[in-house]
Amino acid sequence: MFRQRFTIRHLVSWTVPLLLTAAGSAAAADPPQYSLVLKNHLYEPAALKVPAGTKFKIVVRNDDPTPEEFESTDFSREKIVMPHSSIVVYVGPLSTGNYGFFGDFHPDTAKGRLIVE
Amino acid sequence: MPGVALLVFREVLEAALIVSIACAATHGVAHRGLFVTLGIGLGIAGATLVAAGAGLIARLANGSGQELFNAGVLLTAVAMISWHVVWMSTHARELAQDMHRIGSAVKAGSSSLTLLLAVIALAVLREGSEIVLFLYGMAIGGIGAAGLIGGIALGVAGGALVGFALYFGLLRIPVKHFFYVTNWMLVLLAAGLASTAARFLVQGNLLPAWGTQLWNTSWLLSNGSLPGKTLGVLIGYDASPAGIQIVFYAATLLLLAAGMRRLHRA
Repeated sequence: MFRQRFTIRHLVSWTVPLLLTAAGSAAAADPPQYSLVLKNHLYEPAALKVPAGTKFKIVVRNDDPTPEEFESTDFSREKIVMPHSSIVVYVGPLSTGNYGFFGDFHPDTAKGRLIVE
Repeated sequence: MPGVALLVFREVLEAALIVSIACAATHGVAHRGLFVTLGIGLGIAGATLVAAGAGLIARLANGSGQELFNAGVLLTAVAMISWHVVWMSTHARELAQDMHRIGSAVKAGSSSLTLLLAVIALAVLREGSEIVLFLYGMAIGGIGAAGLIGGIALGVAGGALVGFALYFGLLRIPVKHFFYVTNWMLVLLAAGLASTAARFLVQGNLLPAWGTQLWNTSWLLSNGSLPGKTLGVLIGYDASPAGIQIVFYAATLLLLAAGMRRLHRA
């Protein structure tokens, strides 16, 4: 029967080339960059304006002596930022609105939002 | 202390859910307790190493090292779970004959136990490394030993409690359906892990998103809420997934469902 013969080999035969094609087209033009600084477990700026409908990258620099995790459940990103170092996170394209982000290790103070417009 | 307890709880919870499903799926196998303990121990040791090497990992692959590492750990776990599920399906005959004795189908399955050990170790490693980095920061920040130890104890106990609740809940499933249910839980778990791996690769600009925010159900259940996080582990719930996450999720689901069909044909 067709349904029983449509098994793992068939699925692999089309998913693998699909994913390889995807990997090839990932590194296109470099998207615009926005910066955040963590100092005393606070984000500076606490509100970051970014354009809607386009992919961009956020550079997070941690000026504190302790690790932090840049995290957002609104736009689904999480990345550890080691003390006195920077990370890059690719975000979007997002539709207009407000999206919260926080520092997972200091969620009471390290809070900010993306204003997408 | 509440801050420490909360973070430790959330991370332990995620690992505990995976450990519980892995334990239920190998219920009745001899020496399982030893393997689980070993898996958790290896995971904690690995977590400490990963935390110690976090600076190094971060600098790899033009700054996308963390994303690659996370995706690698997640996809390895997906491969292990897939192997287990397919292994179960190839042993369908014994399984069907000895259904009244739970675990008899996997009693000779030392390979299955090793897989379980690896899946547990990887889950503990991933969540544990975040705990180690967090605690390191807290210690530098000057939190007292009492606050630190109290917080860890509360967090671990809370997370483990939910894990045990899930495990003993699963054990109440009638024998006839037991492996059917635990295998499907493993499939959904694997699909969710694959989707998370895709999310990390998009975050590191290593894969295209193929559409972000395909839908948004944050109003109903947000990723940050406890039920949202729990369902995120159990079935791969994501309030606002990217297209490529759906592809990874569906591909894993279809591949493993195809593998499990063999279980029912035998």
